[in-house]
Amino acid sequence: MKKKGTANGVRYGMVIDLDKCTGCGTCIVACSAENNVSVLYDESDKTRNINWLKIYVLSNGKAFPHTEVVYLPRPCMQCDHPPCVPVCPTTATTNDSAEGIVSQIYTRCIGCRYCVAACPYHARDFNWFDPKFPEGMDRYLSPEVSPRMRGVVEKCSFCHHRLMRAKSKAYYEGRRDLKEDEYIPACAEACPVGAISFGDLNNPKHKVSELIKSPSAFRLLERLGTEPKVYYMSTKDWVRRMADNYLQGEFKPKG
Amino acid sequence: MFPFVFEWGWDVGRLIFMGLLYMVLGAIGFGLLYAFVMTWLKLTGRDRLYERLWLRFPFTLW
Amino acid sequence: MDAAFVPNAVQRCSLRTFALWMLVWLALVVWGLVSAFLCFYKGLNQTNMNHYFAFGLWIVFDLSLIALGAGAFFTGFLTHIIGNVFIYPFVKSLKAIIKPAVVIGFICYSAAIAMLGVDIGQPLRGWFIFWHANVHSMLTEVSFCITVYLGVLTIEYLPIILSNRKLKEVPELNIFGNNLHHMVALFAAAGTFLSFFHQGSLGGMFGVLFGRPFAFREGFLIWPWTFFLFIHSSIAAGPSFTLLCVWIAQKATGKKLVKDSVLIVLAKISGWLLATYIVLKIMDTVGWAYGVVPKAGLSFIDFYQGTYGVWLMVAEIGVFGIIPAIILITPSLRERSGLVIIGAAMNVTGIVLNRFVFAIQTLAIPVMPFDTFMSYIPTWQEWGIALGSIGYGIMVFSLSYRYLPLFPQEAELNPVTVLGKGVTDFGVVKRG
Repeated sequence: MKKKGTANGVRYGMVIDLDKCTGCGTCIVACSAENNVSVLYDESDKTRNINWLKIYVLSNGKAFPHTEVVYLPRPCMQCDHPPCVPVCPTTATTNDSAEGIVSQIYTRCIGCRYCVAACPYHARDFNWFDPKFPEGMDRYLSPEVSPRMRGVVEKCSFCHHRLMRAKSKAYYEGRRDLKEDEYIPACAEACPVGAISFGDLNNPKHKVSELIKSPSAFRLLERLGTEPKVYYMSTKDWVRRMADNYLQGEFKPKG
Repeated sequence: MFPFVFEWGWDVGRLIFMGLLYMVLGAIGFGLLYAFVMTWLKLTGRDRLYERLWLRFPFTLW
Repeated sequence: MDAAFVPNAVQRCSLRTFALWMLVWLALVVWGLVSAFLCFYKGLNQTNMNHYFAFGLWIVFDLSLIALGAGAFFTGFLTHIIGNVFIYPFVKSLKAIIKPAVVIGFICYSAAIAMLGVDIGQPLRGWFIFWHANVHSMLTEVSFCITVYLGVLTIEYLPIILSNRKLKEVPELNIFGNNLHHMVALFAAAGTFLSFFHQGSLGGMFGVLFGRPFAFREGFLIWPWTFFLFIHSSIAAGPSFTLLCVWIAQKATGKKLVKDSVLIVLAKISGWLLATYIVLKIMDTVGWAYGVVPKAGLSFIDFYQGTYGVWLMVAEIGVFGIIPAIILITPSLRERSGLVIIGAAMNVTGIVLNRFVFAIQTLAIPVMPFDTFMSYIPTWQEWGIALGSIGYGIMVFSLSYRYLPLFPQEAELNPVTVLGKGVTDFGVVKRG
């Protein structure tokens, strides 16, 4: 695995075990609660509501009793070669952070949606509506995450505020390195089956750096060259087949 | 946008892009300035004076 | 009533008729303003754009307007720059059309920028593109160049406005207008440089999307092939659009405004540029289908499922590409006035289709295999703004035609005689 050039050699990434994911959606709820994600009056229009983490339902397409269904949670891939960063006209998104997280600066975003068009994972959501928080729910808003107003793009930030909190704590304790369990996004923390692992991909002591070397690990749309830092694991060949586009005969099942 | 603004960095991309932009803006500005100056000269009657001066002493126009 | 403002030696309809004409287009503009107000007040949920269709009707209109407004810079380039260096016979004909081309260009660019102002989620932050410019983004390049170019077009439009009969009587304005016009070659050169880059960058915007194999192209250095193809198609469509607008103006005013030879010259330029463009476009499409597409693990037909099928490509390149190219480059076909207009209209349609394909079809096609094909239909608010810009354009052009000497050949082609004697200073004739 190539070590990419982040400032301090740290690359935070995620590994999601699709064999464990039950599609319960706790990760989505935790993410939305943690990050002050606004609520629409009618949340059923999934093409316009905001969910930083979405769950896709994949099926092998076979008839009963051979039907298999897999749930694929999709946060922002935090690509090392992101298609969204070079296209932003106002530099409202950058990938030069010290930990490799692709940032989104809401106060600079002008809402041109070029990055939304560029992302093949549909990881970026645009605020088509004024953000609303139903009566009473505004009291749980986190003070660490800025809410977004209408007309700006938002996306998963790997709970960057938690990273800041962990770094502050470490600095206060006189050290620079973070322990593996000190910084973990809300979705990984909330997953009841432990399907989401998070850590520094470059650090051999972190679990994720071993997991990504597993033969069942793969990434979405690798052929495009986006170098995503979210890995998936599945022992099922048909799931790996659906992670990318393959011409006839190109996909090599790992059996 | 300007070199004296915070977060400006002199990298190749900026040099080329902003360099070309300022050149074009400069050319357009020059054209506008020329039109304004020549209009002012004509309206105040100085164009004949400068014409004669320019013919005799080419450096006096400035 | 406004006879004093009308140019010399030409006839114009009565003010009442003109007012009625303008009222129709004003209705469109009002529809546009209402739509814009709603979008500013309530947000972009007034449109049918969503996370899949980040770009919609307005972007297609913007791309099309800017491509069609290329007639202004290209005619200016040929007339003022090529015309000053090489003596080509066609350059003289273009002098008869350069003023309407500038007006059309001004209309197209001002409408496009106004539409963009409504399209972005935070219009008040629009200036961030200039202040916090990301020089690596094609959109930054587009924004800078179209804004500066609108300035250039305004500078080129100003002498035309100042050549109004009444305004010319003010010595300050008259002299200023003349002096601005003396520098027209400089402005035309700046305009050509800017236009080259923004027409190209509009294509580059889609060509650099390496996450979208449908739009992505290899290229030359940092510029994808779509950069050059968009420039080429814009200079092919621009003169055709100018031709169409002049023809429509002739139909609306009921008189000949330019000699037929001028329109033929525009058709010839358009035709040859379109023909060469179609050849290059076909080469690019084949290169893409055998290069980018299999590299992404896809096949050609994967992109043409759903609403936007192969018919769209056949329409864009075949029906509205090859056919008008043949019409416009064949002398015997373009001499026939009916066919040349059809050819120009088909040319314009083909280029608009091309812009539509890159903006909308790119976004409709899923990249992740488990994602879905989507389609998109604009709301009435979106149509309001798009059609409102057309209404605005017709209003500006009508005002320019009525009060400014846009067509130097008009007086010659429509001699006014009173009692057998030619009249050179006329004005308004009440024709009911």
